[in-house]
Amino acid sequence: MNMLQTMAGALYDEMHADGDRGVRAHYRAFQSWLESQSADAIAAKRAEADLIFHRVGITFAVYGDDQGTERLIPFDIIPRIIPAAEWKRLEAGLRQRVKALNRFIHDIYHGQSIVRAGVIPPEQIFCNAQYRPEMQGVDVAGDIYAHVAGIDVVRADDGEFYVLEDNLRVPSGVSYMLENRKMMMRLFPELFARNKVAPVAHYPDLLLEDLRSVAPSGIREPTVAVLTPGMYNAAYFEHAFLAQQMGVELVEGKDLFVDDEQVFMRTTQGPRRVDVIYRRIDDDFLDPLAFRPDSNLGIPGLLSVYRAGRVTLANAIGSGVADDKSVYPYVPEMIKFYLDEKPLLKNVPTWQCRKKEHLAHVLARLHELVVKETHGAGGYGMLIGPAATKAEIETFRARLSARPDNYIAQPTLALSACPTFVESGIAPRHIDLRPFVLSGKNVTIVPGGLTRVALRQGSLVVNSSQGGGTKDTWVLE
Amino acid sequence: MLSQTADHLFWMARYTERAENTARMLDVNLQTSLLPQSESSAELLWRGILGICELQPQYEARFPALAPRDVLDFMAGDPSNPSSIHSCLNAARENARAVRGTLTTEVWETINSTWLELKVRLRGVETDPSQFFEWVKYRSHLSRGVMIGTMLRDEALYFSRLGTFLERADNTARILDVRYHALADQGAPDTGAEGEDAAGRSIDFYHWAAVLRSVSAFEVYRKVYSNVITPARVAELLILREDMPRSLANCLSEAVTNLASVRNDLSRETERRAGLLQADLHYGRIDAILQQGLHAWLVNFLQRVNDLGDRISRDFLVPLAPT
Repeated sequence: MNMLQTMAGALYDEMHADGDRGVRAHYRAFQSWLESQSADAIAAKRAEADLIFHRVGITFAVYGDDQGTERLIPFDIIPRIIPAAEWKRLEAGLRQRVKALNRFIHDIYHGQSIVRAGVIPPEQIFCNAQYRPEMQGVDVAGDIYAHVAGIDVVRADDGEFYVLEDNLRVPSGVSYMLENRKMMMRLFPELFARNKVAPVAHYPDLLLEDLRSVAPSGIREPTVAVLTPGMYNAAYFEHAFLAQQMGVELVEGKDLFVDDEQVFMRTTQGPRRVDVIYRRIDDDFLDPLAFRPDSNLGIPGLLSVYRAGRVTLANAIGSGVADDKSVYPYVPEMIKFYLDEKPLLKNVPTWQCRKKEHLAHVLARLHELVVKETHGAGGYGMLIGPAATKAEIETFRARLSARPDNYIAQPTLALSACPTFVESGIAPRHIDLRPFVLSGKNVTIVPGGLTRVALRQGSLVVNSSQGGGTKDTWVLE
Repeated sequence: MLSQTADHLFWMARYTERAENTARMLDVNLQTSLLPQSESSAELLWRGILGICELQPQYEARFPALAPRDVLDFMAGDPSNPSSIHSCLNAARENARAVRGTLTTEVWETINSTWLELKVRLRGVETDPSQFFEWVKYRSHLSRGVMIGTMLRDEALYFSRLGTFLERADNTARILDVRYHALADQGAPDTGAEGEDAAGRSIDFYHWAAVLRSVSAFEVYRKVYSNVITPARVAELLILREDMPRSLANCLSEAVTNLASVRNDLSRETERRAGLLQADLHYGRIDAILQQGLHAWLVNFLQRVNDLGDRISRDFLVPLAPT
């Protein structure tokens, strides 16, 4: 079977080197295996994968879609492979970045030295909707705020990794990383005999260890729970999956209550205290007494227990102040400021539309830029200049001019591509990578992460809510 | 265990059991309707099904007349009927999905696959309804078996089992109640006296045999009694025989055992009532029950089972928060 097409243009192809140099070394074993497989055998395996994902119920709900409230995320069987040396550099960069981000959040809610030093303008922090004045002066266990961080990384046409965004609130996707690996090992065990792929299955153990390490002080055997908005949430599968894998309770707001400055869950044997809550609910919905009063997902009184240090929330309330797209441009400076180190990972050059000269530049070049809402997530509310129609650009121009402070712009990156099964055979499709960084007593990262792939030809949007798929991610040892 | 989790497990098991029993009832009706009989008694059979499930008003609101085909569709694949097999399997799966982390992978995948396969299977109701009902029974056996075969012996299993046996007690009692009266209305004796004429007896035989088959008890009856089929013995088998897995006595004995395994500070009174009901069955005699009138006795039994369900909810599943 040889349906591989070569990349047009100067894009970075993860599998094929430029010119006549052929398949990159770390893909050679896979490539020769793929060539030895018949098209029928591969088709049968792909059908089997679909069937298994349906039966296991690994599905994703897409907002605003009444038809398929439960859709499969397309899974591609060609893995994204990262050689060991490359991963090592990436890992060091991620570690450094998340350390600095945690230091930053702690600083913002305490002395605000970075603002006083003039590195970040105060309005960028204090006018930010994700800044939580309730957290000012509150000490959290181990000074850790972003216990679980999902850092989105892309490779551009120069072959370098760039951080696209930091997800520090409730990053999701790790269950797909784990299930994709399980699926690959089930479908193609022989591949794992031929390639030394670093394992990822211990992630839930690391997560549990991480969560236990940040229990309120004085608690020896902490009770951990995963807080979900419920089974109709898009990521419900992941919440249930992680709770099961860690062997802890999966709770909804209505299962918890506050009494005598403690959080309890309602059990068949009466109330039981909860010490660490891995919450997969946004700040706004956590406590109707403190935040949105119309939230029926939260626990009345939770904030006061939290502020008293009698329960740990992961991630901490107010972590979002650091993953806002308007704060993103300052992360390299944070690394220098807090760690006195040179940033190992690059940021994508970013124009901040709130700045007059930046805005003028952006408005003049809308057709070639990517413009994002500063608070947006999930690929909603963004403009991809080169792919947009004239009318779309004009509509966006009006929105941007009305509220420039709500937007940032970046050059349209030529994301690297990886060969992927599509209807016409195998063709290169753009990919990104979301490694998961755990911070507790230590910082740990399982080798790899979630690779998302934009299945439509030429598309740069990899979000599953926008028709993206996923791949298994291999870090070779 | 979280009260909410226990609640989902309890209802997951109840709905699975209810789907199975609905399939059993429909199947046996289908078999019985093939017997030579008057149109009015055939109609009575289908009316009986709706009566068991207390669905006559909903049915009449949707369909102009009583037609076997319509009753079958209404009870098998109609999503608007909350007691249809479709609705029960959906509810079982949604409850399972809400606690999938508490279930073993095998249990979840079994229940999820049942739901995914249902759409395809429902297409077969038209051509071969019996095969569809067999499939529903088979999936129910599988769900139950995989639970017993893979789940830790802890609360999760006990609450599921409680749900199974309370639902089964309810369903068996309803089947017996409606059947007994349908037959009595046609002039069949309800005392079990063996003096009636031969023609009536042969029709009776097929009807009672059908009742037995609907609870997988035909061979069991033969084995236990080695005697002709009489209504009184059928009633005894389905009510009082503790070794008969779908009898009321066995359901209550299982309920009492599982209730004891999940005991908490609130549940003493519930246990007492369950124990009392079990004792009535354990020490009861069929002639005394028939003398009282089977219908009256069964109505009282259903009320008591219902009360147990309510009390379990209050004690374990949705306890009030301390104020």
